[in-house]
Amino acid sequence: MNLLEVKNLRKYFATQKAVDDISFNIEKGSIFGLLGPNGAGKTTLIRMITGIFYPDEGQIILDRKTFDPVNDVGQIGYMPEERGLYKKMKIGEQAVYLAQLKGLSKDVATQKVKEWFVKFDMQSWWNKKIEDLSKGMSQKLQFVITVLHEPKLIILDEPFSGLDPVNANLIKDEIYGLAQRGSTIIFSTHRMEQVEEICDHIVLVNLGKKILDGTVHNIKQEFKENKFSIQLTELPANLASSAFDVVDQKANKLVVKIKDGFKSNDVLQHFLQQQVNIEGFNEILPSLNDIFIMEVEGTRSRTRAFQTVA
Amino acid sequence: MNKIGLIIKREYLTRVRNKTFVLTTILMPLLIVVLIAGSVYLSVKGKEELKIAVVDNNGFFKNNLKNSGDIDFNFPEGVDTSNYLDKGYSAILLIPKFEGTEKTQYIIRSKKSIGLGTKESIEGKINDAIEDNMLQQAGVRRNELDSIHTKSQFAELKSLLEHGNKAEESNQGLAYGIGYASGILIYITMLIYGMMLLRGVMEEKTNRIAEVIVSSVKPFELMMGKIIGIGAVGLTQFLMWIVLIIILTSAAQAFIPHDILEQVRTMQQNNGAMPGGGMMQASESAQKIYNFQHTMNTANWPLIICCFIFYFLGGYLFYAALFAAVGSVVEDVQNSQSLSLPVTMPIIFSFLIMSIVVYSPDTKLAVWASIIPFSSPIVMMARIAYGVPGTVPYWQLIVSILCLIGGFLFTTWLAGKIYRTGILMYGKKVTWKEMIKWAFRG
Repeated sequence: MNLLEVKNLRKYFATQKAVDDISFNIEKGSIFGLLGPNGAGKTTLIRMITGIFYPDEGQIILDRKTFDPVNDVGQIGYMPEERGLYKKMKIGEQAVYLAQLKGLSKDVATQKVKEWFVKFDMQSWWNKKIEDLSKGMSQKLQFVITVLHEPKLIILDEPFSGLDPVNANLIKDEIYGLAQRGSTIIFSTHRMEQVEEICDHIVLVNLGKKILDGTVHNIKQEFKENKFSIQLTELPANLASSAFDVVDQKANKLVVKIKDGFKSNDVLQHFLQQQVNIEGFNEILPSLNDIFIMEVEGTRSRTRAFQTVA
Repeated sequence: MNKIGLIIKREYLTRVRNKTFVLTTILMPLLIVVLIAGSVYLSVKGKEELKIAVVDNNGFFKNNLKNSGDIDFNFPEGVDTSNYLDKGYSAILLIPKFEGTEKTQYIIRSKKSIGLGTKESIEGKINDAIEDNMLQQAGVRRNELDSIHTKSQFAELKSLLEHGNKAEESNQGLAYGIGYASGILIYITMLIYGMMLLRGVMEEKTNRIAEVIVSSVKPFELMMGKIIGIGAVGLTQFLMWIVLIIILTSAAQAFIPHDILEQVRTMQQNNGAMPGGGMMQASESAQKIYNFQHTMNTANWPLIICCFIFYFLGGYLFYAALFAAVGSVVEDVQNSQSLSLPVTMPIIFSFLIMSIVVYSPDTKLAVWASIIPFSSPIVMMARIAYGVPGTVPYWQLIVSILCLIGGFLFTTWLAGKIYRTGILMYGKKVTWKEMIKWAFRG
């Protein structure tokens, strides 16, 4: 079941097509990666999903109903990339206030804030002010504020920036936990290794258009170049085969590219016939990082120069 | 609606709980009292002491120039402009030879410049001496003339205003005072609270909390919450000042002796006269208190207070929205100053107009400036004190009120559109031209 469906969304600003006909679906309980270079239109897209901007065209369907920016805000938790809190306000009061703005009653909000503060070991912060916190600490607080009202859809823009590995793991575990308990998470970042680790499904946008959409596994499959690495005990006499080309060779390790019309078994067969022991045989899949760079570079010649909108 | 309430509450409480708010609220009236008392004290005590050497070849002034507290006339021998300082005089007055009764120039030289007040009083002294001389020649004695002067002060002009069938007493001095004071108060508070709002909006933008909040509430709700919250802070401050004034005046009354208060009360019952056909004379202080109260009663206080609150709120709302719009597009203080200039200029202009209107509340300028919402909050208050419907006809008051309500609805609508775009825009210097474009972009 899809929690969020985005259909043909468009948002044009005076000088650029920030979001130009983007559609995708997000399954309930999944962790969704929204990727793209700087200025690709991610923030505009997120702002439309959070109801901050109205789309010029297109439809947003949240939980099978058309998204209503006024009444559905309680269903969404948004942590923007640029974090912001009132510097002079006490932390506890601030968290309760922001939860109340999301529609929680004061008692429930206070209760929830206390629970989360215990969970993240932040009880002693209640009467402190933001200006007393380090960057990492305020990051943790911002995360708590984002998920406090148990939103169905949580949007996190670069949630790990500025966090040390210990706290990053704490937040990461919390993200998995939230997804398991049924929340859907949109995760926007430039850090591809995090995406590979965390996300089930990704969409890559550039220049306001969607250029990739699929599960991490499928996308890698789509971009694979049929390369395999083979670890052998010794090199066989005959390396030439009609099934593959040797692309790279290091000691007893070969990288081969399978020709069209052949399969990995054909490669194995070739070496099995030659009486050498095969110690390892792996497919080489491109990393998301490579795919990202390849796809974005391909469109770079048309980089966001300010276009006039007809 | 509920969410605007939350925002108002936060804006209000964080400011009212602030120590500086409590301090300014209490200290402001005290500061004003100290300032007034201080300036009165200085103007009385702080006069320059002058020791003047008079060079008079006519030999006329020697016994006729009267010394007074700070001015000391001396008639030494052998003093001239080259040596008076060395001989310990602070100024030298050169008197020309008399030639008939034509106006002649007297010259006073000194090292330090002589203040305007002192100069006038020296001039007065010289002229007094000449006048004395002329009176003597005409055979009139000075003290006779003086006693005639004081005895002849019979007429006292009491101005009455047509009010329906009865005429009501009016007091220009009081009207002037009320008009000026309320004009200044509205002027100051509009600027203070407007700038407070501007800073608050700017803080939310630069802290980036705006983006978190507008994902929960509409930008317009956030803006209205801030405007109303800060307006309530201003109103609270006024109410606290009024309470303080009431406490201070009743405390002051406690110092008035009981019998004087008793006399004042009987005078009030008898329309200003003491009963018993002059058998019982009211004491001087009772008379003063009665006169003060009588003067204060000539003003239509309920109307003035209602109008004051309306024009304070209306003026605040009118300009607050514009200040909020400016706050939403700027990211640093410098830029905010240059962009808020078009908003503060009309406020300062209205203040200037008010200081003219308070003297002549019936001119065309006064009428127009008290109707146009840009200046009406400040200017209208200066006119209302002179009387409704005498100086300000009902139609003018109603038109002015309607214009101001329409005006602040318009500026709020306009500002809402600028705010919506500006609050989420970063790293771009915005001009007024662009802001106006956003506002009218449907």
